[in-house]
Amino acid sequence: MLTSPEALLAIFGMALVTFAIKAGGLLLATRLPRTGFAAAWLKHMPGAVMASLVAPALVTGSAAEAIAAAATALVFFVSRNLFAAMAVGVLTVYFARLALAA
Amino acid sequence: MTETALPTHQFSSQFFAGARACIPVVISVAAYGLVWGVLARGAGLSALEVILMSGLVFAGSAQFVALDLWSQTPASLPIGPLILAALIVNLRYLLLTATLRPLYGPHEQLKGALTMAIVSDETWAMTIGEMSKGRGTAAFLLGGGVFAYVCWMATTVLGHTLGAIIDNPVRYGLDFAFTATFLALLLGMWKGKADLVPWLVAALAAIVSAKLIEGSWYILIGGLVGSFAGALSERVRHADQS
Repeated sequence: MLTSPEALLAIFGMALVTFAIKAGGLLLATRLPRTGFAAAWLKHMPGAVMASLVAPALVTGSAAEAIAAAATALVFFVSRNLFAAMAVGVLTVYFARLALAA
Repeated sequence: MTETALPTHQFSSQFFAGARACIPVVISVAAYGLVWGVLARGAGLSALEVILMSGLVFAGSAQFVALDLWSQTPASLPIGPLILAALIVNLRYLLLTATLRPLYGPHEQLKGALTMAIVSDETWAMTIGEMSKGRGTAAFLLGGGVFAYVCWMATTVLGHTLGAIIDNPVRYGLDFAFTATFLALLLGMWKGKADLVPWLVAALAAIVSAKLIEGSWYILIGGLVGSFAGALSERVRHADQS
């Protein structure tokens, strides 16, 4: 399967809004809020979206997922490396599931 | 900084200076690209879809969020939520690219707007660093941006290819790769105590709305409510200080 009309529509839509925002920031530079409530709201959006992705997956998971999440966080704090953190998380969940199932 | 076109030799030396300066950050772009490519295969994106999304959207966080929403069957692909999520995750670029305005003269707005397509968090940060030292040019930004873009394309496609080696992801615990990656991305965004309130509120709002509402709306609800709470708490803190 190469692609589908639905996938193309979604990707082109994502590309269009992303480019509109990036170019819009430059063109509207003098009219945008640099400080204050709206600027603070925009600034916090990426972190809040990431937290929203992680939280439900962690509360609905088993003990194995909770242990693996702690291992992922620990490795990331020590190494600051996304790759290492993800690899340790996956390995931990694999062994924790084996251990808890036994 | 209102002069128009630079002489050619000056343009190319600035272009390569930008690319060189961005080597450290592009290494991390490459690592993220590999991870995204592997996960993209797991989410059911074809090679062509990976090339199109990396090439046209070119925004790491938004592309990671898109994988969580993606569906392998075209009929159930949530087109609206995908576009809306890209909009919300990328809204911060309004603030980032606005600070690059001094790089472009009054008659260079079109050129500047087109260049913004290849701006990413990493190359933006390097260029702003240069500008704060009184240097930094449009060519510097373009050099770093093109370098990061080429690396992102190459590593996401490579990751997608490598992902083919792995069959039955759940058996190896690879279904957890998403959660682990998002968690590490989130921790990497930590800038200080001001992040605590928006993250906690976002997490709570997402957990509650995931239970109440079908589908993936919890991501958008948590994102909007959490960041709103972050802005509110900053206002309260500033009011205390004054």
